[in-house]
Amino acid sequence: MIRLENIDKVYRTDTVETVALSSINLTVQEGEFISVMGPSGSGKSTLLNVIGLLDVPTRGRLSLNGDWISSYRDRALARIRNQEIGFVFQTFQLISDLNVVDNVEIPLLYRKLPGSQRRKMALHALERVGLTSRAYHFPTQLSGGQQQRVAIARAIVGKPRILLADEPTGNLDSHMGDEIMDILHGLNRNDQTTVVMVTHDSRLAERTARTLRLFDGRQVN
Amino acid sequence: MLKNYLKIAFKVFLRRKFYTFISLFGIALTLIVLVVAVSLWDHVFGPHPPETRPDRVLTVYFIRATGPAGNNTSGPAGYAFLDRYVRTLTSPERISVHGIFLPTVSYRNGAKIKSWVKNVDAEFWRIFQFSFLEGGPFTAEDDRNGNRVAVINETTRRRFFGGAGAVGQVIELDRQSYRVVGVVSDTPMLRLTTFADAWTPINSRKSQQFKREFENGMFFSTILAKSAADLPKIREEFAGMLTRVEFPDPKQFNRIEGQPKTLLEAASDELTGGYLRTVVMIAIVLFMCLPTINLININVSRIRERASEIGLRKAFGASSWTLVGQFVIENVLLTLIGGLLAFAGSQLILRMINASGWVPYAQLTLNPRIFLYGLALAVFFGLFSGVYPAWKMSRLHPVEALRGGEQ
Repeated sequence: MIRLENIDKVYRTDTVETVALSSINLTVQEGEFISVMGPSGSGKSTLLNVIGLLDVPTRGRLSLNGDWISSYRDRALARIRNQEIGFVFQTFQLISDLNVVDNVEIPLLYRKLPGSQRRKMALHALERVGLTSRAYHFPTQLSGGQQQRVAIARAIVGKPRILLADEPTGNLDSHMGDEIMDILHGLNRNDQTTVVMVTHDSRLAERTARTLRLFDGRQVN
Repeated sequence: MLKNYLKIAFKVFLRRKFYTFISLFGIALTLIVLVVAVSLWDHVFGPHPPETRPDRVLTVYFIRATGPAGNNTSGPAGYAFLDRYVRTLTSPERISVHGIFLPTVSYRNGAKIKSWVKNVDAEFWRIFQFSFLEGGPFTAEDDRNGNRVAVINETTRRRFFGGAGAVGQVIELDRQSYRVVGVVSDTPMLRLTTFADAWTPINSRKSQQFKREFENGMFFSTILAKSAADLPKIREEFAGMLTRVEFPDPKQFNRIEGQPKTLLEAASDELTGGYLRTVVMIAIVLFMCLPTINLININVSRIRERASEIGLRKAFGASSWTLVGQFVIENVLLTLIGGLLAFAGSQLILRMINASGWVPYAQLTLNPRIFLYGLALAVFFGLFSGVYPAWKMSRLHPVEALRGGEQ
């Protein structure tokens, strides 16, 4: 499902060259739930950004669902992100000026769907995370755990096959963190959604099928 | 999607009220000045009564006469030249010879009343569309016989006769008594071809000396073409006529140059050597540059605040062009709101100008044509000042954009 071959990512400025990823080889099967761990600066978020097509590798190639996408252009990459990938961020990244259901609808805005269908799909996604009653609240009126659940609803509203979660429980206490993990596991189990999760928490990593460890941009067995 | 964009646009406007106010103030002020200027332009050059057919009307405003010794004179033509030569042109539908409006002083019940009087022939009333409130124009026979009759405007009626009807009453103009035969609506003073407070027959003038004036005088000649397509033919006939002119004193002047022009052409030649439209367009563009540049700066900093939203939308499938479209729509919305404020402000300013008397008999209005010009300006403004900032920020790398929100 997700295949990385000899992926390097190097950031260059006028004076400094930073190797964020080096010789990464990774295969994630459809329906797997894997975690990525490592100290700060080890390249975890960079790896997630490369898989999520938010960043382009310096070397190597990436395949999603059998398609090698190294040479795809901006518009094609945007379409793949919209159709195939959902993101969950540590800081939720909800737009505070929009209410909950409008936030959840955002991925659907770029699919040319009628408004009524978008609304229906967004409310269904909220139902799956247990937040239908908060559909017309604003993010600032929600707790951290509720905001992250909204972010998950937004990530899954378009029924993507891949979910990328960057420290989804990083800003939450353990109780809320467990709730979020239960939701992610439920999606993985019930929808066969492939989940790649970056985490610092080994307790959460133990709940995943396998863990990829990074150190200074390299895989560590 | 549009509803989503509009919702967020309004939220963004309300989030930073001061910046929104500055933007709206700049847009509204610029558009007010432009709309008032366009309204003035339309007032002078647009098709309004009594000059409703500017596409078919030419006027000989000025001629230039030169002599064998290199001497020359320029200005309005004499009556003799216009009557003897211009009136004989065959391609026009109608030709009128009429004088420049001149000031005169009258007294009524001990009060001094200053009026502008214009001498015209009967054809003048057939070329222009005056709106008669009472009576009608004087006739060709009135002019031929030099009858002392007059058409006055409604302000003159009010000054001389209060609220009473004026037809049949006697008015003193230029130290002569005239019987009023018609009353028309006020004509704006900026309508230089037709304006006056009172119109009297040419031949009713006290002195007939003007009939001997050839190269220099105080008269215009207005030509009504059968159709707009005939204007070149008329100009050609006029140019041919000039070569056949017999001068009263060839030793003084032996050549006349000039041509019949629309008011816009005459003003353009007089003020800018024929480039009035170009000069005005350049002035408008330059005038709009300042608030546009200001708005671009404000937009760039506004959009920078929304870097994380840009990153998020990109992460969920928005292409760069989609984001450009979103921000341009927001900017156009802001300028349309500014445009609405500008229209309200313009109405107020125009009413104030009309009431002030700064432009006598000004009837400045916002008609549908000016409304559309103003709306087009507002949309152009919004597009132009929104595209660059939107394009710049849509090129932002999604990872950096998202990071900008996390900081």
